[in-house]
Amino acid sequence: MANAKLWGLKKSPWVFHVAAASCNNCDIEILDVITPRWDVERFGIVLVGSPRHADALLVTGVLNRKSLSRVLRVYEQTPKPCLVICIGTCTCDNHMFATSYNVVGPYDKYLPVDVYIPGCPPKPEAIISGVVKALKRL
Amino acid sequence: MSVIRILFSYLIFPGFLFTSVVGLFLTWIDRKVTARIHWRVGPPWYQPYADFLKLLLKETIIPEGVSKVLFLLAPVLGLVAMSILAVMLFSMNMDPGSTFVGDLIVMIYLLALPPLGIMLGGSVSKNPLASVGVSREMTQYFAYELPFLITMASIILKAGGSIRFGDIIIAQQASGPFLYSISGVIAAIVILLSTQAKLGFVPFDMPEAEQEIMAGPYIEYSGVAFAMYRVVRAMMLFLLPLFLISVLWGGFGNWWAIPKFLLIVVLIVLIKNTNPRIRIDQSLRFFWLGIGVLSIAGLILAVYGL
Repeated sequence: MANAKLWGLKKSPWVFHVAAASCNNCDIEILDVITPRWDVERFGIVLVGSPRHADALLVTGVLNRKSLSRVLRVYEQTPKPCLVICIGTCTCDNHMFATSYNVVGPYDKYLPVDVYIPGCPPKPEAIISGVVKALKRL
Repeated sequence: MSVIRILFSYLIFPGFLFTSVVGLFLTWIDRKVTARIHWRVGPPWYQPYADFLKLLLKETIIPEGVSKVLFLLAPVLGLVAMSILAVMLFSMNMDPGSTFVGDLIVMIYLLALPPLGIMLGGSVSKNPLASVGVSREMTQYFAYELPFLITMASIILKAGGSIRFGDIIIAQQASGPFLYSISGVIAAIVILLSTQAKLGFVPFDMPEAEQEIMAGPYIEYSGVAFAMYRVVRAMMLFLLPLFLISVLWGGFGNWWAIPKFLLIVVLIVLIKNTNPRIRIDQSLRFFWLGIGVLSIAGLILAVYGL
């Protein structure tokens, strides 16, 4: 039973895109990953429109006081088990906004993050390799 | 003994289990053909089964303040209707004598139940986007059902005025499929387009338009309940082309039905992939003024036996 659950989750991770106040570059790179050129549907990865259908949350952007409650709410709305994949250097160490009054810090203070993908923005290949690493760790 | 046979036919073959396994395989064909049209590789053959298994074993969230019974029973409605429809279609194609008076009407009502389940589930889930989706689904239903019913009337006329499904198949076995006449071609076009709308495939997918209202009525569904909606959709992808073959293309009692069936499925997928989504008012105008007038013309031609 546990094996079947793991197999299903590994073979069809549906992703929901949480754009938590990013500068849009990471978002555009995520959209690139879904285009026919990289074709992640080979691995069963599909972009879904509702967090209720999601198995993985792709979070982008530096976490600030405004977006914190929204991100937590989206995480609570997602049925478990779910992965949290943080994309971009902003999510790892707040990048160039580290000294800002409004920034409340990297995501693992609040959420169980599975994998961080650095880069400003990360290349599509880097995003795919990060997702594969997160799936292998399961 | 006969109770076990009835249960076997509803639950295993040709009812729920067989129809859903074949239907999920057809959704793979749909995704693979779509991928090849995009010049991609596409998902492996076990993809729909992996999706289904994952959804079954995931948490099912029921939103706050929502009627639990209605929310969880709405997808079952379509599931039950499609299982019964599968049994009726198969038994009447294997043995047209097993028909009863008015079973065509029963089938038309069974085909109406999955959209009803979607409307019910969407409207209890207390989400504004779901309500928008439900209102579109309702409008869409009224749009495609009118030409579909007029076409059914012309098919009844061609079968000598009988509302028994078996008689339609027997009439076609005796004097050739209804498709090979002008009104038959018109009926095939109308039923094919309403099939496209019933399945919620692209030119007519406004009820669950992913880009504007996310997933429409399905937006609050997760886990087992969402898996059931997907299975109902898959079963419809299997049963609606079979329905089209039975009423117009001579039934599926022989092996010739398999290439006919695959041709219809690939045609549906091609229509899906080569058209943009239209607005709900355009859909209503298309089905009532365009296709509706066409179906009335088909009915008049059928009265004169053309």
